[in-house]
This record gives sequence, structure tokens and C-alpha cells, in this order.
Amino acid sequence: MHELSLMQGVTDIVKESAEQNNICKISKVKLVVGKFSMALPDSMQFAFEAIAASEPLLEGAVLEIDTRPIICQCLECDSKTEIGDSYHFVCSGCGSAKVEIIQGRELYLDYYEGE
Amino acid sequence: MVQVRMESNLLGANDLLARKNRNLFSRQNLLVINLMSSPGSGKTTILEKTIENLDGKLNLGVIEGDLYTDNDARRIEQKGVKVIQINTEGACHLDAGMVGKAYNELPVDQLDLLFIENVGNLVCPAEFDLGEDFKAVVLSTTEGNDKPLKYPLIFREAKVILLNKIDLLPYTNFNLQQFREDLAQINPTAPVFYVSGRTGEGISDWNDWLLGEVGKKELNHRER
Repeated sequence: MHELSLMQGVTDIVKESAEQNNICKISKVKLVVGKFSMALPDSMQFAFEAIAASEPLLEGAVLEIDTRPIICQCLECDSKTEIGDSYHFVCSGCGSAKVEIIQGRELYLDYYEGE
Repeated sequence: MVQVRMESNLLGANDLLARKNRNLFSRQNLLVINLMSSPGSGKTTILEKTIENLDGKLNLGVIEGDLYTDNDARRIEQKGVKVIQINTEGACHLDAGMVGKAYNELPVDQLDLLFIENVGNLVCPAEFDLGEDFKAVVLSTTEGNDKPLKYPLIFREAKVILLNKIDLLPYTNFNLQQFREDLAQINPTAPVFYVSGRTGEGISDWNDWLLGEVGKKELNHRER
């Protein structure tokens, strides 16, 4: 989607926090991105590199993205199913279609490291 | 070396404003529908036909989202319905902040139902909560039956789906059976209405369903 503006948001949050914590060099930024969020990790990586290149605070920093698979929980039998690329939202335990997505929609900044 | 934990949601600012909108809508007992589709699938035409067919049975308001122009708002206005146009000027989706501002310009105490017609796009709008009661997605037969599989999030998030341009079905390669099978995997609970914004086919069934949803909302409000 709009990965550049999302990453701009990330670097703004990190910059503000780094200033408050007296950190002047950031080495790593870690994001968690669910497979069912519309943000593409490759595009986020590209956008991060573009932003970091003109930001002394982020020079040489790496972006690590933890991609989470989609997991559904069945409302009938409680069992959990990982949903593959077929997007077949059906419980692998009992075959019910009454499932709730419990993982895969994440889109958050987990932590950053620096000194 | 220090590690600073943030756990901050990248869409957190939008989610906060969406919660505010939801509170405002619910105070007015207003049913709010976020209408989404790709460009040109017929959202505005469906709204025009919906307004005509409802024939005053509901007091409608519309918020129109487009990158540029107020063409759609003028079309809706001609039907005698209150409409506010948002121009996102390049942004690929509406966000909760834009909708909150537009909402303040509507005579909300006179409305039963508010449609928010999102920017034509099957990707980004799905991710942004506007505070609506539910999402409705339009697909048209000319776009092809593979769209639910290609854009699963928006079709999964929809509470109701409209298949538009049903009158053109014989002239397309749209495979209705495959479309139904794919939806049964992605979103088995959403009702599907087969409509034509051009001829009006199927619009009265869709409106009956809408009237039912507005009724349910009123009932919930009274019970609270």
C-alpha cells in the first residue's frame, strides 16, 4: 500500500524516542508485520533504506521484519489453524467456517536498538 | 547498546480517531457503511439507484471520497441527498480523521443511514478503520471472478458483498460458480447481492437487507 508513509511514521516515532532516551546512533529497528496486513515487507525495506540514507541518526541501521503467519481459532472446537496462501478460512480440526483471525493482522514497531 | 521497546501500532493514530468516530455515530444511532471497491466498479451508480429505490424510506447521508473532483458528490446531490465530498489529493484511502471532519458538516441528527464511499482501491482502504458499523464491498463482473482470491483481506472484512454489472454477465468470462466457491473459503457468512446499477436489477433486495440492518441498529440502541 503506502509503505513509504508508514516507514516515515516509523522513523518519526523512533527519532522522537531516541531523542528522549539520549540515543544518537540507531543500529536496528524491528517491526512485526502480519501476513494479512496489506504492508509488503520488501517495500518497507526499500522505503526504510531510502529514508535512512538521508538521516544521520539511522545511518547504517538495519530493519528487521518479523513476518507472522495468519492463524485462526475455531469458534466451535477452539482448535487453531494456520492459513496458507490459499486463504481457505476453515478450521483444520472440525471443518467449521466459523473461525476468528487471532494472528496475522499485526503491524507494529516492536523495538529499536542504539547507543 | 540499549534496546528500547515500543510496541506501537503503526495504524494506532487512525484507530484512535476511528474509535472517536464510532462513539459519535453510535450517539446519533446512525448506521454507517464503508463502501469499497476498485475504481469503476459502480459504487456511485449503486448509491444513486439505492436512493431512488428507497424513495424516502430512509434519511440518507453520503460522504464521498475521491482523489480529485467533486463529480460523484454532484451526482448524489442531484438525488436530493446530503453529501460531503472529501478530496484526498493523492492519498489512496480515506482515514478516520478525514471522515470525522466531513461528518461534522452533515446534519447528522436527521439521518438514519450514512454511506462512506471510499477511494476506489481494493488494497489500502481495507486496512483503515473509519469507525463504521461494517464494510460493504462491490465487485463488478467485468473485473473478473478472481478478485476475492487476489485481494482476500477486503473480501474477508466485508459484511456484505455486491456483484455489480450482473446484466453484463453473458458478455464476460466471469465464472459465477468459481466466485461463489472462492467466497465460501474467504468469507462464508457475507450475503451476496447480484445487482445492476444500470438497470436497477437486484437493488430492491439489497435495499430490503439495508432496511433490516437499520432496524437492527435501532433495536440495539433502544435496548441499551
